[in-house]
Amino acid sequence: MYGHATMTTSITPPNPASARRPAEWRDLIALTKPRVMSLVIFTGLCGLIAAPVRIHPVLAFTAILCIAIGAGGAAALNQWWEADLDAGMKRTAKRPLPQGRLDRTTARDFALVLCSGSVFLMGFAIGWLPAAILAVSIVYYSVIYTIWLKPRTPQNIVIGGGAGAFPPLIGWVAATGEITLMPVVLFAIIFMWTPPHFWALALFVKSDYAKVGIPMMPVVAGEKATRRQILIYSALLLPLTMTPWWIGGTGLVYGVSAFVLSALFLALSVRVGLRTRGEEDTMKPEKQLFAYSVIYLFALFAALVLDRFIVI
Amino acid sequence: MDEEKPDTPEPRSIEQIRKDRNRVLGLGLAAFVVLVFFISIAKMG
Repeated sequence: MYGHATMTTSITPPNPASARRPAEWRDLIALTKPRVMSLVIFTGLCGLIAAPVRIHPVLAFTAILCIAIGAGGAAALNQWWEADLDAGMKRTAKRPLPQGRLDRTTARDFALVLCSGSVFLMGFAIGWLPAAILAVSIVYYSVIYTIWLKPRTPQNIVIGGGAGAFPPLIGWVAATGEITLMPVVLFAIIFMWTPPHFWALALFVKSDYAKVGIPMMPVVAGEKATRRQILIYSALLLPLTMTPWWIGGTGLVYGVSAFVLSALFLALSVRVGLRTRGEEDTMKPEKQLFAYSVIYLFALFAALVLDRFIVI
Repeated sequence: MDEEKPDTPEPRSIEQIRKDRNRVLGLGLAAFVVLVFFISIAKMG
């Protein structure tokens, strides 16, 4: 059923209005999801700065640029594939493809140029190991998550969350040239953070996902199970964020910050996890958890970078 | 479709859209050339 919903994306005729008009460059930029990209750039930059090896500023800039372009390309591929689903959801209906301001072929070609360009530039300028990880992250997001998992399983976010966890790993490997325990832990932190972050959102936009047949956890397993899962992942996140300090990869600045930030995250999750939805519910705790989860990740990685410069 | 909604803003002409897009593309390519130059310098150093 969900597979069919996705299949229809490839056979929808192009919008005649968009066929006449060339694509606006602003719409092409919008395809790359610039707001999501800011978090990707930030975590990638933090991974690069937190690494114990200094890298030439031009090469550091290039590595981050490649991560950003790769993420933008993957986001554009995601929107190309899901144009019909996006049209059916209030949150995404105003994107360029559902509105017919772009034709699908342009979007797909633009996405492929960004993806391949970012991988080759990373390979030639920085190294082929970070380039390979970047390529894996693009395929992971656009094929494994968008095409395969998202329309088929309520665990889509859990496994697909790995796609967003790659940037600090790529940033670290771009600086050091090798994969060690610390960047893997950073990967694991974002991996573990993604389910409660997305499920908090899915709880208050549940009807949107249900309408287009995306099997998000609240749609398939119900709200109660989703709230319990949010609680479990948030509880696991606290010790995981402390791991960089426990293994000696960071100092006290990060250790204390991670504990305070994660404890607050857990407190907000407990509030969401233990409540039941009443009638005329505005879902305020869920919205607060979602908003805090974004601030949380920024603050946690900022603490990681600060820790490199402030020694207590 | 736009003719049915007279209150919507005047759509930009195709020439204007193309001109803007070419300008952005040109700037992007120029930035890429400059970046490759600096990458070469950095890697030689």
